[in-house]
This record gives sequence, C-alpha cells and structure tokens, in this order.
Amino acid sequence: MKVRANFSLVFNLDKCIGCHTCSVTCKNVWTNRKGVEYAWFNNVESKPGIGYPKNWEDQEQWNGGWELVNGELQLKSGNRRTILKNIFQNPNMPTIDDYYEPFTFDYAHLQNTPLSEATPTAQPRSLIDGHRMEKIEWGPNWEDDMGGPFKQRGADKNFGDMEKQVYAEFEQSFMMYLPRMCNHCANPSCVAACPSGSLYKREEDGIVLVDQDKCRSWRMCISACPYKKMFYNWESGKAEKCTGCYPRVESGLPTVCSESCVGRIRYNGVMLYDADRISELASVENEQDLYQAQLDLFLDPNDPDVIAQAKADGIPESWLEAAQQSPIYKLIKDWKVAFPLHPEFRTLPMVWYVPPLSPVQSQIDQGNLETAPDGVIPKIETLRMPIKYLANMFTAGKEEPVILALKRLIAMRSFYRSLNVENKTDLAVLEEVGLSESQVREMYRYMAIANYEDRFVIPTSHEELRQEDFHSFQGQNGFTFGNDGCSISPEASLFPDRRKKTEDILQFVRYHPAAKRSDGEKV
Amino acid sequence: MNLSNMIFGVYPYIALTTFILGSLIRFDREQYTWKADSSQLFEKEQLRKGSILFHIGILALFFGHFAGLVTPHTVFLGLGISDMVHQIIAILLGAVFGLFCMMGGVILWRRRMFNPRVRANSRFMDIFILDWILVTLAVGLITIMFSIIHVIGGDASTMVALADWVQSILALNPDYHLLDNVGFIYKLHLFLGMSVFFLFPFSRLVHVWSAPLGYMFRPYQLVRTKFVKSR
Repeated sequence: MKVRANFSLVFNLDKCIGCHTCSVTCKNVWTNRKGVEYAWFNNVESKPGIGYPKNWEDQEQWNGGWELVNGELQLKSGNRRTILKNIFQNPNMPTIDDYYEPFTFDYAHLQNTPLSEATPTAQPRSLIDGHRMEKIEWGPNWEDDMGGPFKQRGADKNFGDMEKQVYAEFEQSFMMYLPRMCNHCANPSCVAACPSGSLYKREEDGIVLVDQDKCRSWRMCISACPYKKMFYNWESGKAEKCTGCYPRVESGLPTVCSESCVGRIRYNGVMLYDADRISELASVENEQDLYQAQLDLFLDPNDPDVIAQAKADGIPESWLEAAQQSPIYKLIKDWKVAFPLHPEFRTLPMVWYVPPLSPVQSQIDQGNLETAPDGVIPKIETLRMPIKYLANMFTAGKEEPVILALKRLIAMRSFYRSLNVENKTDLAVLEEVGLSESQVREMYRYMAIANYEDRFVIPTSHEELRQEDFHSFQGQNGFTFGNDGCSISPEASLFPDRRKKTEDILQFVRYHPAAKRSDGEKV
Repeated sequence: MNLSNMIFGVYPYIALTTFILGSLIRFDREQYTWKADSSQLFEKEQLRKGSILFHIGILALFFGHFAGLVTPHTVFLGLGISDMVHQIIAILLGAVFGLFCMMGGVILWRRRMFNPRVRANSRFMDIFILDWILVTLAVGLITIMFSIIHVIGGDASTMVALADWVQSILALNPDYHLLDNVGFIYKLHLFLGMSVFFLFPFSRLVHVWSAPLGYMFRPYQLVRTKFVKSR
C-alpha cells in the first residue's frame, strides 16, 4: 500500500442550474488571453448534446483514454512507438473548428461610423485571423438549454444503443446540465502520452499540471485526454489545462469555479487512495466494474492501518484530518450517491457527479405520474430522464448503482417531507434504500443546506516542506512565463542565477521520509 | 582576406558557434520559447501530407550528409566503397529523399502562405526559415544534375573535395583552397546550408534538439514532489 492524497471534487448535478458562472469565473481568471480564447478549462454542457469540443465522448473518433490490450493498459492512441511515429502529425488531434472559432465583435464600428440612415451594427470578427465572419456557426455552449435540432444533439454518445428517437418528441424530451473540468485523474492519459514528460501529477495533492518550460508542443496530450480538457495555446505553442486553481488550493481556498458556484453544487476535499493499485484497478476486464474498482482504490481515512501507512508515506497530519472530514468521501463512499464521469476511459477521474433527479412537478400536479405513498414524491421509474442514459454516462451502463443513488436522493426528500410536513420520522423509506437516520440527516446537511465549510474542506499546503528554501523564496515573483525565477535547473545554469538557498538559520523538523527528491519520481 | 576565405574558412565557425552557443543560451534562458510550435490546431489535412514527407526527407538528408561528408575517406575505401560507388549512392539517396522533402516542403509552404489561419499566426521567422530551407534544398537538388554529369565523366573529385573540406573544418584546420575547383552551385549550396545552422537557434528549428526518444523508455506516469526528505 502506498497512500497518496488527491484534491478531489464532487458536483451535485441535481442542483446545477446551468448558469455558467463557474465557466465565466474560470475564463476570467485563467484563459482570458490570446491563444486560449477558445479554451474553457471549465464548461457547462446541456445534455443530451454532443458537447465541447464536438462529440468529445466518442473515443472511436478521438482515441482518447486507455484501452486494454491483452489485459495490459495501453493508450488508446497507440503504444509508445505509435505515438512517436505520429509526432510529425497527430491523427487524433481536434482542430479549432471542433471547438469553435473564437470571435469578437466590431464594437469600434458602432462609434466610428459616420452619420447614416441605418443603425450601424457590430459584426463578428475572428480572433484567429481577424476576418469578418458572416455567421457564427458554433460556440462553447451552442446547445445550451436544448439549443439546436434533436437530430444534431441526439448524436450524443450516452444514448448508446438506446432507442433514442422517442426523446426527440417534445413531450418525451429531457435535459440536464453537465459542468466539466479537468478530472485530475489518478491514471492520467495526458501525462502518459506526453513525449517530453512535461505533464506531471503532484504528489502532495494530485493536481495535474503542465510544465510550461518543458512542453515542446508535440500535442499528444490534447488527443490523449478522453475528456478533451487539454488545450493547445496557439499563441505560445504550449499545452495548457485546468490548474485546479492550485495557488488557491495551496492556501486552503476552493477553486474559483467552486467558490463562485451559485447553486452550491461543488464540493472540494481530499481523498486518500492506494497508488500501488492504480494499474491493477484501472485494468479490470469488464468496463462496468470500473466504478466499483475505483471505489476500491479509495482508502478509508479512519482505518488505523491506512493512517499509519499515510504517515509513513509522508502525508501531513492536517491532510489526514481533512481526509477524515472530506465531503467527497461521504458522497462517494459513505452514501454512494456520486459517480465518476465515463469510468470506461480508465483514467480513474477524481471529479465525481451526483446524478440529477429531473423533477416533474407539473406532471405530478396533473396526476400523470405514479408517486410514492406520500402522493407527492414521484417514483424513480417515472422520472423523465432515462436511467440508461445516466448509467452510460456514469457507470459504463450499469444501472443498479445509479438507481440506488437516485432512490437515496428521493428517500432523503421523502424523509424530510414527512418530518417537516407531517412532523414524523418515516424510517421505512430509509430502510428501503439502506440508509440510517443519522446518515440521511448528514446527507441533508451536506446536500440540501450545503454550508461553505461543509462543502470545502481543504487543508493548506505545507510550503515549509518545499524543495526551495522558503526564506529565500519569500518575496520572489510568483507565476511567470519566461526565465525570471522559474529556471529549471539552477545548478546547471549558464548564467548567474538567483540564489535559491540560504543558510539554515533555524533547524527544521522534516518528516517526509517517503518523498524522493527528484523531478520525475517514477511510479 | 578574400571572400572565399571569409565564406569557407571563417563563416563555418561563425555558423557552428552560433548554432551551439545560441541553442544553449536559448535553452537556458528562454525555454518557454523552446517548442515545435505546431499549427495543427488550425489545419490538419495539408499538414498530414506535408509534414510527414518533409520530415522523413529532411532527416534522411541530414544523416546522409553527415555520414557521407564526415566519415573519413579511408573508412569508405576500407569498406570497399569506391569514390564512384559512394557518389552514385549519394546521388540516388539524395534524389529520392530530396524529392520527398521538396514535395512535403512545398505542401507546407503553400499551407503556411495561403491558409489564412496559419498565415495570420506565422511569425516572420516561421516563413523565413521555411523559405530558406526550401531554397537550400532546391539548390541541393540542382547539384545532383551536375553530380550526374561528373559520374558520366568518371570524375569523383568534387565529392572528395567537399568531404575533405568538411573534415578540414571539423578538424579545426580550415582549408578553403580545397574548394577551388568546386562548381559555383555547390558553393552556393554550402553557404545556404551553413546558414541554416546559423539561423537554427533563432527559429523553431530548435525543436530538433528535443526529439523525445526518451519517451520509449519512460514509465507512463510522472509524479513530482515538492517535499524534500532532509538536508
């Protein structure tokens, strides 16, 4: 057993209202620059839909993620030799039109036009080559709230082999929101595909980052990520991705997308997992077992053996405490109401989702739907959204876990309805779904009330354990491009570099026995 | 100092020094700019056709030139390869891979000049270095015709002179007189080719240094730690 901590997230889709506040805050912080205008580290898709970039879920088209070859994990885009062979051109790489052509509007024209009969208009212009675009054909949320014909949206891979034509009818239609960001996977295929080794996973919090100095624009990560959350900055020629807002997370703050979420749907916390079992569990034969496999990857932060091993592996005390109070652990492991997005990609994603209930209040009011004995809360079988569709998204098609999760969400409502309306505790409804009263009360606290301090349990990073001497690090510039303060190997520099080591004035207690001092510790 | 000495006695060292020192300094100080600078995001089909041909061609040409010019004369003779056979091999391989490279290069050039997205985002150096390589290549292909005439005339002296000159440069014993009887077209090709080395550190060509062969032997996952054990 090798214990590692991962900064993880859960999104409660049941409460997502599709307002895109997460996307906009993220864009304003991270991608409001030339070269990444088209890139949305966080975006919200309306499902069913083909998403952003177009049809990203279809790995027959993009060859992202992993596959099993003779029982061994291999990148779906090919073995190492194939990847190097494709370095002159990547056959799986999306082009800008698969995302959308970034545009602005000719605002100056509104003020500069001489007096005329007709009102001047601000026409769209491409941000790529500046040409005047006749018509904007696609955008980052083109299918927002069921935009576009079903014929187009219905190409959604999550329908699988379902008979989907019925959902084209207005009466049968359904929709949900799917906010997406980098999953900071435990078995990231972007890292595995990077020929120059510039992508890496941080040991201390599991955030996956691109070393901007080491990236050589071989662009294999762009196609290898099955979620299409690696982006090519066409101005800098480097890969960029969601940073997990690491400067905030290091200070114990939630990511900006989580902080700004008006629906309080986002949870941030720590998960402990067994790094020694990654490849074993990512390569279980049956795709439908991958959800369970990843549940098995997570370790119980209250287990004395796990705690002992975690300490031996150098996980700080504050991180263990955070793992024990992790809202993520409760949602994923205790209540089993959260699921990984497309576990069949075998990347072991660390952003999980509580499936939505798709309420149908007006249908109930009209008496069109079968309800539970209370006459108010609908039975799961009557929900608008086909279970199969959700299962294709979250469990590679296995319906039972998704049904149980939805039943638990309904049971929570039922319980609290009887408590608040009829002033009695209806334990029968809980028994049916295997929840105790204390569990459902906690679920209510975390999911219905969702207070800030319950949603976000983020330990600060331990900068005092950093490689750089923190006394000399103090007062340095922060995140920069170029050569100031970010030199890769100060020991081997051609020119005098800023001294990054000072004499130790204090004696520090360093307790990180397992960590190896290397830039690329091998796993 | 005459022009000949300037170009074939001094310039090789200027070019090589710039090539090596320039690369080192750029790698050390401006690694953020060290990249292949792919434009595949904008255009895929032409790149696929052009880039593969171009790269196969130019890599084969580089290693062909290297093997043919730097290997000592005696080694070839020892292997039983006469100057004439050597020259015929050079002509055949040079023609085949030169044409590969030219076809690919022209596709890439057309793409870079006429695809509005690629053009709009090309830096001056991107276009300049591609032009320069293509002109060098074109002149190199023209020299093949002269070499064929040499073969027909049973004369390998030009090839031997070129190899001797390259080796004299690398041995730090430059002798531009070795090129006295070499035709102008060869000299033009030499100048253009040396200039590619001169321009190398200032262009996207630096990505050649970073050919990621280590990927073949690397574990899939990379984990970095911030923490140090002790000091």
